[in-house]
Amino acid sequence: MAAVLAWMKGSTLLRHLVLLVLGVVLVIVLTDQLQEYQFIHLGILGAYICAAAGLTVLVGLNGQISLGHAALMAIGAYTVALIQNHFTDQNVTGLWVLPICLLAGAFVTAVAGAVIGVAAARLRGPYLAGATLTLGVALPPITSHFTSLFNGDQGLSASIQSPPTSLGYNFSFQHWQAWIGLFCALVVLFFLANLNRSAVGRHMRAVRDDEIAAALCGLSVPRIQITTFAVSSATAGLGGGVLAVMLGARPGAFDLVLSLTLLLAVVIGGLGSLTGAVIGSVIVVYLATFITDRVSGLGLSASSTQNLTNNLPSAVFGLLLIIVMLALPGGAQGLLRRLLALIPRRTTQPTGGQK
Amino acid sequence: MSRFLFLTINGLSFGAVYAAVALSLVLIWRTTRVLNFAQGAMATATAFIALSVTQATGSYWLGFAVALVAGFLLGAVLEIAVFRKAETASPLNSIVIGVGVLIVIEAVLGMVYGNQNSRSFPASFSTDTYSIGNTALFSDQTLFTIGSVLAVMLALAALLTWTPSGLRMRASAFAPEVARLLGVRVGRMLTLGWALAGAVGALAGMLVIPTGLVIIPQSMDAVFVLGFTGAVVGGLDSPVGAVVGGVATGLVLSYASGYLGSDLTLVAALVLLMVVLLVRPSGLFSGVQARRV
Repeated sequence: MAAVLAWMKGSTLLRHLVLLVLGVVLVIVLTDQLQEYQFIHLGILGAYICAAAGLTVLVGLNGQISLGHAALMAIGAYTVALIQNHFTDQNVTGLWVLPICLLAGAFVTAVAGAVIGVAAARLRGPYLAGATLTLGVALPPITSHFTSLFNGDQGLSASIQSPPTSLGYNFSFQHWQAWIGLFCALVVLFFLANLNRSAVGRHMRAVRDDEIAAALCGLSVPRIQITTFAVSSATAGLGGGVLAVMLGARPGAFDLVLSLTLLLAVVIGGLGSLTGAVIGSVIVVYLATFITDRVSGLGLSASSTQNLTNNLPSAVFGLLLIIVMLALPGGAQGLLRRLLALIPRRTTQPTGGQK
Repeated sequence: MSRFLFLTINGLSFGAVYAAVALSLVLIWRTTRVLNFAQGAMATATAFIALSVTQATGSYWLGFAVALVAGFLLGAVLEIAVFRKAETASPLNSIVIGVGVLIVIEAVLGMVYGNQNSRSFPASFSTDTYSIGNTALFSDQTLFTIGSVLAVMLALAALLTWTPSGLRMRASAFAPEVARLLGVRVGRMLTLGWALAGAVGALAGMLVIPTGLVIIPQSMDAVFVLGFTGAVVGGLDSPVGAVVGGVATGLVLSYASGYLGSDLTLVAALVLLMVVLLVRPSGLFSGVQARRV
């Protein structure tokens, strides 16, 4: 037993594999206990985790900022919806169709991200923030220009097949959607955790900490920045694809608010930490529901209840963002580590951004 | 030809607004190295205050004046309360703090005024257009927009160039430590810069919201993004660049929406930004910068 544990400690891949299997088991057991209406939140949580994990790698590990990740998610969402609907039109069915669509969504977004990354690698700090912000705002409205392909403001709904009958007849469609979202999130986390511990991950951090020193060590700074942008885009595209499976691809869903929400999740969780991205996504998805439930219980007039439920979550998020940045730059994950102080720190404290 | 003339005047009018937003961003960036993401939301807040004052007193111009004063105060208060602590943080952290302030301001406005578009926002002057033949050219409001932004820019330039306070502000931006040793209260100068930027942003909001926008908490988001585009195109360190970049953004957008279709205006802004940044990664008017090891 001890020998097995020691072997596991030595092999990062094996350790992450064990965690992946544990995650899958946890998802299967956990979703079995839940009510129907909770599945949609879980699926959306999966989409957020995919995108936020990619964003935390970009911002926290590589020091590039993106305020336009919603646009990348839109690319993934539309790709998945278009391909899936094409398969459905051709009457191609099978369990392999959806994974192919999601992979294609991630791949197309990664290519788009690599192109954007070429531009991003030349830009620094506020200029990069400005360029990605404009990108995020400008890209989704293109869909209304090509109405015949993207169906304008209504967007596309992806025609997903019902879950396989081998799961039993009581297995609902929403349950299936939640599985898709959470399994995608687990795959992304597994992939990024391995990447983080690999040479590529070390190169990313080297570029973040000091570009000139990294270049002197023989690393190609632009190439690493472009690779990171492409990887981050791929996961964002996958997240967008999951959102398309849940809610369809609508241009209005991929607005500035989504980009900022992702940033919020990453910052509140703790920049550069995958655990932090998960914690942040959970907070972002569930705190809003929690607050609106509390407000409804206050018994205010209808209009003020509506104003509060629409805005109080944002106000809390904004305040959290400011407080976390000023008081706890490590985010929730950093706080957790300091409180527990059990796990030795493996990476340097993420600071993010260029010097 | 007359269509081209109309698009040019329209572009100059919106360009003036973008230039004002860009200028307010540059005023803050030069002195504190903070990018104020809340600039648009601050302008929306002052516009709501102006609307409330106008409704209570019946005087439009009192509301207008109150908006400018409110912008001035809001800028100063935010600098003292939040951003002073952000100045020492990394650029990324200060950007995130700005985003946080943006979200809080819009949420507070939504809680007080609601998110629906249920109000009409009066213009300073008539928006009826004068036309030559069948082509509409410009309105009194267009002239007022261009004129007032121009006046504010000249006033700011005069303030920075010829007055003792302007000299102190430039000294604080150029060499904070030396300025402090020479007796300039640098912190106070930074607050003044934020306050002036807040007032300029408020002016932009009062000018642009009546012309084609509705008054909701997110009114100024798009204007902020385009003003930011203008500032980045010009180079964040140069006030002249901000004005040129803002006007260029307005013109490019006006031509794009006139000749290509209104769906593609934001794409045109993106193309403009990308072309400029790929040629000059720090904007058109940036100085030559040595990278520090």
